[in-house]
Amino acid sequence: MSPVDGAGIFNPNLPVDQAVSEGRAPARSEQEIPELHEVDCPPELKERIEALMAKYPDRRSASIPALWAVQERYGWCTPDGIRQAAAVMRFTPAYLESVASFYDLLHTDPVGTHRVEVCTNISCWMRGGDELLDAFEAAGEGQDIFITGFECLGACDIAPMASIDQRYYGPLEAAEAQTAIEQLLAGQEVLPEKALLKRPLAAELPGGGS
Amino acid sequence: MAHELETRVLLKEAEDPALRTLEGYKRLVGGYEIQEKAYRSMEQDEVLKELEDSGLRGRGGAGFSMGKKASFLPRGDMAKYLCCNADESEPGAFKDRELMQRNPHQLIEGIAIAALAADAGHAFIFIRGEYAEQADILDAAVAEAYEAGYLGKDILGCKRDLELVVHRGAGAYICGEETALLDALEGKRGNPRLKPPFPAVQGLYGGPTLINNVETLSNVPHIVRNGADWFKGFGTEQSPGTKVVSISGGVRRPGNYEISLGMPLRELIYGLAGGPEPGHEIKAFYPGGSSSPVLTPAELDLPYSFEAMAEAGSMLGSGSIIVADDRVSIPHMALRTARFYHHESCGKCAPCREGTNWTVKMLERVVRGEATPMDLDIISSVQQNIMGHCLCVLGDSMAMPVSAMVNKFRDEFERVIEEAAMPIAVVQGAPETLGAAT
Repeated sequence: MSPVDGAGIFNPNLPVDQAVSEGRAPARSEQEIPELHEVDCPPELKERIEALMAKYPDRRSASIPALWAVQERYGWCTPDGIRQAAAVMRFTPAYLESVASFYDLLHTDPVGTHRVEVCTNISCWMRGGDELLDAFEAAGEGQDIFITGFECLGACDIAPMASIDQRYYGPLEAAEAQTAIEQLLAGQEVLPEKALLKRPLAAELPGGGS
Repeated sequence: MAHELETRVLLKEAEDPALRTLEGYKRLVGGYEIQEKAYRSMEQDEVLKELEDSGLRGRGGAGFSMGKKASFLPRGDMAKYLCCNADESEPGAFKDRELMQRNPHQLIEGIAIAALAADAGHAFIFIRGEYAEQADILDAAVAEAYEAGYLGKDILGCKRDLELVVHRGAGAYICGEETALLDALEGKRGNPRLKPPFPAVQGLYGGPTLINNVETLSNVPHIVRNGADWFKGFGTEQSPGTKVVSISGGVRRPGNYEISLGMPLRELIYGLAGGPEPGHEIKAFYPGGSSSPVLTPAELDLPYSFEAMAEAGSMLGSGSIIVADDRVSIPHMALRTARFYHHESCGKCAPCREGTNWTVKMLERVVRGEATPMDLDIISSVQQNIMGHCLCVLGDSMAMPVSAMVNKFRDEFERVIEEAAMPIAVVQGAPETLGAAT
């Protein structure tokens, strides 16, 4: 296939895609899609992806949810996991990889068992987000924890904040990073008093109401 | 207790955790009564007319009339879709998170009624991937609504079907753009599409699609319950209704407050959010999320409405105010803003992909002291070349605030260039005038 499908028709210097010049759709070879028996997909992953596909009018819509399922199963979107999902969904692995690589929360490289995303966007930056990220990086050094700065997580009311294993916590002092990491590694509940879901509305906070 | 300056409609009873459950929603605020009434006794056109008459404007950023948007959908037997845009990712915005987390059934009821207005049989809530906790809450609420017969096949015995799927994204700001959202929902990379055709004509799976923000849809049950005139009793003539405003940054009480639109900004920032920390003053603020041109304290007495913000050369956007106090360096804030859009640009259109990239590089030069004041003019001209030249407004969303900051705070940019350049000039043994020259 030419680097650009059919480009040679208009530009004699580029090779012509035979399929295009003959008026056929360019080859999207079926054999690129792995067969189920080739990929050793765990039955529960297969069932889950099939259930996801059934929720949508078009099975392609289940791409992102299926990749979430792969990531949950393996910790990240492993090449094998992507092949398994591709076999179940009847897409090429390359297609699912192209989707996975677009989104910040889907990891196509290995990451730690635990994930900490520290917001460093405008409101958190004003309130010490950078220092919080530094504190988390120092506290988590050498541990099996993936720590990263992140764009706005949508919790500017609890700035500076972090998402720890997909749960929001804030406002955090830099010193609390150490505590959070220790609790995380010990399998304890992380900073229970700082969990977003337990926080009242702003007007209900001390000094907030009328 | 709500603050005395608040007007709570959407956040009514929101402090009670029981509101999250179907039982609590029914008991505390008479939930699902209006869906029942609408499904049993109202025609599609009646609901549409009520929404159009109310003047409800989209709460996601663009501020387009919701009723009008719904009326653009063609009639006929083809499959039509409703998408709730819950991909709230604009820096400074966190109101949809609060609404979904505290009152998920209000949104579901709003979707059910809007689906009647749009004659849609399939609805989706596209929630950003980071909101895992809120997605779980929505999942539980949707399951309850199915169980109770407010969703599913033959709803309330009225021969209408509605399937509702909570679709969790995976981290991409661009998916808040409606056509990129459709691509992501179709299982692709979230790239915006060319408009027209608009989604109302050709959207999800090629079918007519109504896309509305969480807060917009949450307003629907209240409008159908109380009527358009009641709704117009709040807010201003061109911005009717209440609005959940997210205030953050350099204020003492950051958070979500529900107000009647048109409240003076000073009351909002000082009265509700407590104003800046003691001993500090407001230097600038974004009135409508990070993509809105910044305003200065001179504009604090303007009413907070779509029209007043537009007149002031900015926008109300999603209703998210970020306050910068006198400790914040505006060039650094411009750089933070530009970095965000550079990171989130999908790369499809060259002006945005390259423009955000070069703006970041130039602003980095500014704060490192390697720029000259002429670079500020180049930054401004790059912004001009992004605006209006792409498929979507992501590039514009950087260009507008960055231009505004360079224009309104040019002195500070020049001072930063000068101050940052000084030590380098000394180290390199260059003439002392280097930093101040040109």
